[in-house]
This record gives sequence, structure tokens and C-alpha cells, in this order.
Amino acid sequence: MTTALRRPIGRRGLLRFGLGLGSIALVGGRKVSAFQAPDRMEAGVLVDLTRCIGCRACENACRVRQGRSGLPLAGLGYGPGEGRLSFTSLTFVDQRVVERHGQADIRAPVKRQCMHCVDPACVSACPVAALRKTPRGSVVYEASRCLGCRYCMIACPFNVPRYQWDSGLTPKVGKCDFCDDRIASGLSPACVSACPTGALKFAKRWEVLREAKARVGSHPERYHSIYGEHTVGGTSWIYLADVPMEELGFRTDLPDQSLAALTWRALSKVPFVVIGVGVFLGSMLRLRQREGRHA
Amino acid sequence: MPDGMGLELVVAAAMGGLATMACYALGGRSKDWLHGWRALGWLVLATLWAMGGAAFAARFTRGLGAVTHLSDTFPWGLWIAFDMLGGVALAAGGFLMAGAVYVFRLERFHSILRPAILTAYLGYLLAVGGLLADLGRPYNIWHPIVYWQHRSVMFEVAWCVTLYTTVLTLEFLPLLLERFRWARALRLVRAFTAPLVIAGIILSTLHQSSLGSLFLIVPQKLLQLWYTPLLPLFFFMSALAVGMAMLIFESTVSARAFGRSLHRSQITALARAMPVVLVPYLLLRVLDITWHDGWAAAFQHPLQGATFLVEMLLLLVPTLVLLRAGWVGNAKVAFWASMAVVVGVVLNRLNVCWIGMLPSAEIPYVPSWREIVITVNLLSYGIVLFGLAARYLPLFEEHD
Repeated sequence: MTTALRRPIGRRGLLRFGLGLGSIALVGGRKVSAFQAPDRMEAGVLVDLTRCIGCRACENACRVRQGRSGLPLAGLGYGPGEGRLSFTSLTFVDQRVVERHGQADIRAPVKRQCMHCVDPACVSACPVAALRKTPRGSVVYEASRCLGCRYCMIACPFNVPRYQWDSGLTPKVGKCDFCDDRIASGLSPACVSACPTGALKFAKRWEVLREAKARVGSHPERYHSIYGEHTVGGTSWIYLADVPMEELGFRTDLPDQSLAALTWRALSKVPFVVIGVGVFLGSMLRLRQREGRHA
Repeated sequence: MPDGMGLELVVAAAMGGLATMACYALGGRSKDWLHGWRALGWLVLATLWAMGGAAFAARFTRGLGAVTHLSDTFPWGLWIAFDMLGGVALAAGGFLMAGAVYVFRLERFHSILRPAILTAYLGYLLAVGGLLADLGRPYNIWHPIVYWQHRSVMFEVAWCVTLYTTVLTLEFLPLLLERFRWARALRLVRAFTAPLVIAGIILSTLHQSSLGSLFLIVPQKLLQLWYTPLLPLFFFMSALAVGMAMLIFESTVSARAFGRSLHRSQITALARAMPVVLVPYLLLRVLDITWHDGWAAAFQHPLQGATFLVEMLLLLVPTLVLLRAGWVGNAKVAFWASMAVVVGVVLNRLNVCWIGMLPSAEIPYVPSWREIVITVNLLSYGIVLFGLAARYLPLFEEHD
């Protein structure tokens, strides 16, 4: 099921794309991230919102995978703005109201979950590496390391990490882990497997990007925007939509640079501060001691 | 009876008892500690500590969600904004005085060195106490020592808190050692004074600025009135100013409370030094906001515009007052100017961590009464401990 995007590339196409990506990595690598260029092995998902019918099979599959009960058959729907991510709901289908083809009040379903950034702010923020980016591209959480400072929640530009607020002694952070165990064993994430319309497609991130651009290229009239290629250094989940992304609740004011680079700019100066202040104080101490002796 | 109610009652009773003991000790262990206004003081303190104990127990039995108004899109509240950021800023007088006396040999400050170090120690107690309530898994507080993650500002903050609290303990130790006449241990600690003081200043420089660096990662959440790449510099500069203000405040209040004579030359020197930091600080802030086109935010968000204005005025007015040659020597003027700076810098920390972050939250955050009770509790522990130290330890004695 995961091979649909992987196979029909062809050797020549792969080579051409590889060279292209390589040159992007060489030239633009610094801009993407201060630390790493996107790895070719990293997984990604293409969310083509024009193909989403809002059935919430993805949401159901996520619940089942977590060992929770599936969505109830009755009362399936919720209104705009009612669903949200939580410690237990790691993904949900948001109901947005947009204007489409001159018609107002059109419901637009938008699946939400962790974007699995290329250089995640949450991973850079965590003081104990309880959050990390795996070579597979997933951003995963290890509760046993966590001290519960919640700086990851502050740092995340998408407000993805959620907290177990009702636990007194062992609260955890709740976030989508890209079904890391499944992708490690060659499967696609549970939500992607459950999608009946092909709105979700699992592949390598670079393949996802190429596919997204190909779709926009072949049907420019159908698509308005692509989201996740450069935002905060790039995300592993790439969105395609037929309306402007901000109407679907995506922040379009985020920088193209990874947010981790912003704190690193200050952190990288720590050694100089230590040496500078140390040398200044040490020599001042010496000077004053000598003055004291002469006086 | 909800779950854990029993524990809450037990902790509340214990804290009430502790407050009673504290009042007895503060009253000099004499019999008249329950007469007149002292009885009222005891009643207030015992109630406060009992409520704080219950709130603290509830946080661990029922979770942060039941005790605080924190939420998924506003995960940091009063305990980080006031206890942590405020407490650490108010502690800045400690490293300033240690540096002034031991490195720059400014002997005139010798008599406020010990109160300054004690206040710094208590400031860090406030910060660590706030953390113990706020951290989801406080028993893992030591994890940054073993699980390194050098790209995290929080990792730097954790190391600075740990190391500087250790340094402050060692700087505070002579008071205890003198009191109990442990001459040999005292000589040992004194031998390390200079390296300790230098380490303390380096750590403070890093820590004060890194608390600002924490917010560099939220360009899309913190309003432009406060968000700037210069946040670490601004946090450090304002810490210097509030450190000096706290020294004036302590010097004045303890002179009145403990019947000591006021060291006018100290206060004047500090009052003269404050504008040296505050003038470039305020100029840089204004230039920086202009440079980033941040002023529009003040008009789009009236609440934030107002708190920004109050913050700036609380720093600007005392600066202008202290720049007047005729006023700077007046101890009363210096006291009120320093009070304004203390409130102004604390408001700055609240603005950065709380009010300036509100526009990005799904649910607007206002602290719950239990959050406030715990914060007031931690403040009152600091005041009581200061009082106890003043009574039982050689805090104000002229030492070598």
C-alpha cells in the first residue's frame, strides 16, 4: 500500500530529482536548517485536501491504534471549531468554513496532527532529549526522560504537543508519533492506511514534495497553495489545498527558517560569554589585589 | 470527599503548625508573641500557609489541570512568569554585590553584602519552589544533568539554576558556620571565596540572559512589543537595574525594620548607578521596537499596549528622577524610585511570559486562586526566612 508513490518514479527521474535535491541541499542547506539538510530517508505524507471528504476514518484509525475505542457511529459530526487536538486525540478532522467558487459557507475538512518538522522546534527546546527526530523522519516522545517543563509546547509553532493535565504525578506530553513503530517495520501510518480517497499519501518526504508539485503542475486550476515545503525549515507533512492556507487555519506568517536557529544564535555565544566575563573578572581581581598590596 | 482530600488536610495542618512555629521564633521565643497585632499576623500567616499546603498537595493528587488555569495552548502561567522569571531577576543584587565587594573591592558596600546574598538565595528559592509546583514530573528535575541536549535553552537554564543555587549556598554558608563557630569549615569556605564569586557572576550573566533567550523561539506567539532577537541582552540589562533597585529597597527596609542606621553613601551610589543601565536599556528598547515596526501591535491589542506603557513608565520616570542631581542624594526619593523599578521589571517579565503571549492562546489565561496562593506562599517563606536570618544569624554584623 505504501508503494503507490514509491515505485513509478523511474531511474532517470530519480536521478534527475536526486541531483536537483542535492544542489538545493548544497546551496539552500544553510537556509533550511543550521544543523541538517532534510535526509532522503525521511518519511513524509502528502495531504491533498481537495481529495478529503471529511469522513474521519483517519481519526478513527488513530484512536484504534492507541487502544482506544473507535469513533461512535452516532453523533459522528462536530461543528466548525469544536474538534481539537488533546492528550488523547492526536489527530482530528477540523471543520473549516471557507468561500469556494464564489460560494460562501462551504465546509472544508482539514486533518490536523503533528507536522513532523524537518528541524523541529520542540526537539531543540527539550532540555533532556525526551523529544527527538528519528532518522525515519518522525518526531517521537519518551516519557521516562521528561521533567514536564512544557517548553516543547511553548516552542511548537503549530501548538501540537498537548499535556495530560489531569495526572498528578506522571503527566505526559501527547503528540502524534507518525506511527513510528509502523513505519520502522515498513508500514504506513494508521491514518494513511485508513484513508479511503487517497487524500493521504505516505512516501519519502522528497517524493511527497515532488508529487505535490507535479499535481499542482498538471492541474494548476485545481490548486491554490502548497504548505510545508519551507515553513519553519520544512515539515514532513505537506498540504495541498484549493483555497489560501490561512483560510484553513494554517499560519502563513511563520518564517522559512527553522525556529531552532533563533535560539541557537544566542546559545552559541555562551562559550564566549563564559571566557569573556571570566577573563575580565580574573584580571580585575588581580589588578585590585596588586593595588591593595602597593597601598 | 474528593480523592486526596485527606492528604490536603494533613499538609494544610502541618503547614499551619509550621507557621505557628515560625511566628514563635520570629517573636524572639518570648511569651508575648500572641498579643495584639502579632496574633493577627500569626492568624494570617497560618491561614496562608495552610491554604498553600493544601493547594500544593492538590496539585500532586489531582494534577495541574485541577489546580491551575493552564491549558494546552497556554502551558506557562504565573509560576513561570512571576516565581521563576521574577524571582531570578530580583536575585540579581546578590552577584552585583559579590562582584562589587570581592572583585572591585568597593568596601562601602560591605555591610549589605550578606543581606544581598541572602535575598539572592531566597529569590532562587522562589524560583525553584515555583518550579517544583510547575514541573509535571518534579522528581526528574535532575535529568538535565545526565541527559544532555546542548541545543536547548532550557538545558542551559537548568544548569545555571543548579550551579548558581549551589554557589549561593556556599556563599551563604559562612553565616551558619560563624553562628555555630565551626572555625575550620569556615576557613575552608573562605579560601574559595574568590573563585566562587567569579563563578557566580558568570553563571548569573548566563542565567539572567538565557531566561530571555527562552522566548527567542516564539516569534509568532509573543507580541512585537517584546519579541526581539535582543531579548537575552534586555533581560540581562533589566536584571542589573532591578538588582540595584532591590539593594536600595533591602537597605532601606531592613534599616527601618531592624533599627539599623541607613548607609546613605551606599544608597546614593546605587541610585546614581541605576540610570547608567536604565538609560541605554530604555533607548535600545525604543529603537529596537521602531526597527522591527512593532508599534502597531500596541494599537491592535489595547491590553498589551496598556501594560507595555505602564512597564515603560515605571522604568522611565525613576530614571528621569534619578538623573536630577538634586534628587539622587535623597534617600526617600531613591527608595521610591527603586520600588518603581522593581515593579517595572517584574511587570516586564509578566508581559513577556504572560500578557504578551495572550493573543496566541485559544483560551485566555488568568491565574487560578490556587496558583496565586502558592506564589504568595513562596513569597512569604522568603520574607519569614529573611526575618529568621536577621534574628538568629550574623546577617547585619560588621564582619571582616
